[in-house]
Amino acid sequence: MESRLVYMDHGATTPVRKEVFDYMAPFLQERYGNPSSLHTPGREVRQAVEEAREKTADALGANSDELYITAGGTESNNIALRGLAKKRGKPGHIITSSIEHHAVLDVCKDLEKEGHRVTYLSVDRYGRVDPAAVQDALEEDTFIISIMAANNEIGTLQPVREIGALARGKGVYFHTDAVQVVGQLPVDVNELNVDLLSLSAHKLNGPKGVGALYMRKGVKIDPLYRGGSQERKLRPGTENVPGIIGQGKAIELAVSEIPEKKKRLEHLRDRLIKGLINIGEVSLNGHPEERLPGNVNVSFKYIEGESVLLSLDMEGIAASSGSACSSGSLEPSHVLSAIGLDHSTAHGSVRFSLGYGNNEEDIDYVLEKTPPIVERLRSMSPTYRSR
Amino acid sequence: MYSEKVMDHFTNPRNVGELANADAVGETGSFKCGDTMKLYLKVKDERIEDIRFQTFGCGAAIASSSMLTEMVKGKTIDEAARVTNQDVADELGGLPPMKLHCSNLAADALQNAIADYKSKQRSV
Repeated sequence: MESRLVYMDHGATTPVRKEVFDYMAPFLQERYGNPSSLHTPGREVRQAVEEAREKTADALGANSDELYITAGGTESNNIALRGLAKKRGKPGHIITSSIEHHAVLDVCKDLEKEGHRVTYLSVDRYGRVDPAAVQDALEEDTFIISIMAANNEIGTLQPVREIGALARGKGVYFHTDAVQVVGQLPVDVNELNVDLLSLSAHKLNGPKGVGALYMRKGVKIDPLYRGGSQERKLRPGTENVPGIIGQGKAIELAVSEIPEKKKRLEHLRDRLIKGLINIGEVSLNGHPEERLPGNVNVSFKYIEGESVLLSLDMEGIAASSGSACSSGSLEPSHVLSAIGLDHSTAHGSVRFSLGYGNNEEDIDYVLEKTPPIVERLRSMSPTYRSR
Repeated sequence: MYSEKVMDHFTNPRNVGELANADAVGETGSFKCGDTMKLYLKVKDERIEDIRFQTFGCGAAIASSSMLTEMVKGKTIDEAARVTNQDVADELGGLPPMKLHCSNLAADALQNAIADYKSKQRSV
């Protein structure tokens, strides 16, 4: 029996690295003090939390007092968008894209119910937002532009810098969901003209349940929760200390390794894309160059994504799909629809997202196991036979 | 997520392929999710003597197709016509709620194949 595991779903989550685990482990047991306590155990933990905050801020070129710890990317997005809307106190206009993560899209839909107007910008066939379209969408009362730094499904990088400059020029707050990018590519909030940025630790070999919201000094939002003065009242509640410590370490490591990792992952990514396309009647989704170093998203024609995933899983390969049958909603993913894929092409989409642990042998293995799976499923498909 | 029986039918589907000289063909597609299925029947003395399927779809769709062919092979046309999607799902040991429509696909393809058979009988 095959017992090999090739994990290629790093876009979903990543394992906690050993160095990170070792670093955070003491904070689960011996260093249990509440950072808000006045006594020595508490004060020591406070210091460690602040060091972790600094590491996280450093990774973004930000100051530590601009960094708010949250429970993850989804919470960061909620606090940012709802908090800005709450602070505004009256209906206004928001610009976002049609391919955002649901943690942004669904918040925007809620804000529409509360009287705000939202423009969902369309994207080109590679999944890119055109900065000129952002410019055209601006209205008198636009108060947020929220565009993700890179798409989680198809890996396309967005022109964040250009959109940021445009927002800056108009005095509109610019938020970016950078969950997929931080730790993968260099991010500097000043260079990118970003006012608010969401990140998540578990996407960069840190623990789950912790993330951060960067908020430029001077940006004012109303908190969503009440209860304590933690995170300067923006996110009250006793801190997730082990998580925060782990996040600081994970982000420090990930960012220091970007140059080497980017090169390595891009090489593995391009090898995998080439090998999969060689199977025949396989197309790449997303941009060929402007994409995340570890993202491979292809559509296998005539077959369906979930049946490919099940078959890959039997060979020990973990991947994901945006096909209707895998989504639990009977609709293909909003991203695949937005880039104009017809139903049947979207149906056959599979995402392999590479990360820290993947190597050449993993690519060899996937390229050895995938063609027979595709062949078998195609041999069962009525659309393949009758084409 | 899937029962052992579903995985068995997905991995080793029964009666896959086309039938040359089929007496009836039934095709159906789900407008909802995009799955499509084609069913071929060979009928002798009102009995389904042989059956084949082709499916473009998820694990549940492929397993439902395979299960259905096993269930109706050897049955008379009238007996087969009474097989419902629930029967197929039950025979598979159940399907996740979101996947119940996949068993519909198989049952609908069979109904279409039977209708095709009957219309051909009439025109003979």
